[in-house]
Amino acid sequence: MDSDTHRSGTTLRVNGKPHTLVLDNRRVLLDVLRDDLDLTGAKKGCDHGQCGACTVLVDGRRVNSCLQLAVALDGCEVTTVEGLAGDGEELHPLQQAFLERDAFQCGYCTPGQICSAVAALAEAAAGHPSHVTDPAAPSGLPVPLDADEIRERLSGNLCRCGAYPRIVEAVEDVIR
Amino acid sequence: MNPLGYVRATTVEEAAEAFAAHPGARYLGGGTNLVDLMKLGVEEPSCLVDVNRLPLDEVEELPDGSLRVGALVRNSDLAAHPLVRDRYPVLSQALLAGASGQLRNAATTGGNLLQRTRCQYFQDLSKPCNKREPGTGCGAREGVHRDHAVLGWSDQCIATHPSDMAVALAALDARVELHGEQGARSVPAAAFHRLPGDRPQQDTEIRPGELITGVLLPGAAAGLPSAYRKARDRASYAFALASVAVVLRVSDGTVEHAGIAFGALAHRPWRAARAEEALLGGPATAAAFEQAVDRELAAARPLRDNGYKVPLARALAVDVLTRLAAADGA
Repeated sequence: MDSDTHRSGTTLRVNGKPHTLVLDNRRVLLDVLRDDLDLTGAKKGCDHGQCGACTVLVDGRRVNSCLQLAVALDGCEVTTVEGLAGDGEELHPLQQAFLERDAFQCGYCTPGQICSAVAALAEAAAGHPSHVTDPAAPSGLPVPLDADEIRERLSGNLCRCGAYPRIVEAVEDVIR
Repeated sequence: MNPLGYVRATTVEEAAEAFAAHPGARYLGGGTNLVDLMKLGVEEPSCLVDVNRLPLDEVEELPDGSLRVGALVRNSDLAAHPLVRDRYPVLSQALLAGASGQLRNAATTGGNLLQRTRCQYFQDLSKPCNKREPGTGCGAREGVHRDHAVLGWSDQCIATHPSDMAVALAALDARVELHGEQGARSVPAAAFHRLPGDRPQQDTEIRPGELITGVLLPGAAAGLPSAYRKARDRASYAFALASVAVVLRVSDGTVEHAGIAFGALAHRPWRAARAEEALLGGPATAAAFEQAVDRELAAARPLRDNGYKVPLARALAVDVLTRLAAADGA
């Protein structure tokens, strides 16, 4: 079989920069970010969508980059933890809060936790409910986030060191 | 993973053509289950027909009061949709009880229905599994089967269907809309998934090459009191051990409508027709709910290590029925 049929052209904008790539159809976004674009912030934990260490934003929405085939994302905007701070020296408020709260031990899950938290705050602001939101809460309005809400909304990000209490506090700091 | 082709379709017809032109092809939606199964070697497609650019990503209100949910509406968007939250709370709750924020952002309505069982024998190529490889036997039958079926299983397969969403759709009398070579058709959501029988490799009634285009939520169920409750090993981000979706209308203390479906008890969402029949026209009391649910669960055949599921499912169903009846001013 012609090997060219197993590769496809794809354009991704990653942290604001366009990349035109010809990729094996099997490759997932996580591997392309880490191996081709030298963006090693997103981590490979389980590689099966169960741990959240690979969380990045695609068109502003958090996803597990280990389960996203890169060729299917043609034209998409990808933001990794490296792209959260913008051009300046200043960290994203969530990055700063994680530092101030010492919200990690080994740090392996941290980029995923931070990307996930950035999106979780946006989802709540856009009125997305969670499993612990009162079903009677009016739809379409921003959902206030208490500790239960933060825990539920970040449940897709595992921390084997068990830094959860400080992760919740760091997110609470940014909400306040 | 074997090398594979990739085709990006932009219309339903184009997708169907590409699928037909590539034997061994699979449709690619959110990929949250398919890509994982490809990594595990359980799925080995020759080609992926990417349907993510098809114009099936809207929730549309129809003149008869029903809602059509496009097959590509993401689980997170469906759960948050104001019309779904207001009219079909059971569906929003079921979606939010499943997976994680990241997975719900990617997972589609159609793909959620077509996800495969999480039976560990199905996902492990070194183990026998009649669903993955017909005729090899069932490793779970005498193995680790704490999460497996108590209703409707066969000697060939004791797997359960993992979806929360599908349980709510079954209780709501939703319909699954399909497009195939012979045109469009729709199937009741409660009859879309199969019992394993002697063909456990076939999860659903979908035909080869058919594509789910949407799900129809009936106007008749809109606004009825409804709720979903799920029991799992941890508070979040785990598959159900047992779950229940209930749609209930009570008037003057009498049950006028009951749609009840169990999750994680069988190879498909288990529509509790016997319990519904027992409740209809009768009193909306805790005693009546207990009797009706017992009538349904009398058919349960627990395995060595999953007998706990029967009283668990009973307690969930009686609790939700009782709460809904109280809220409906019984």
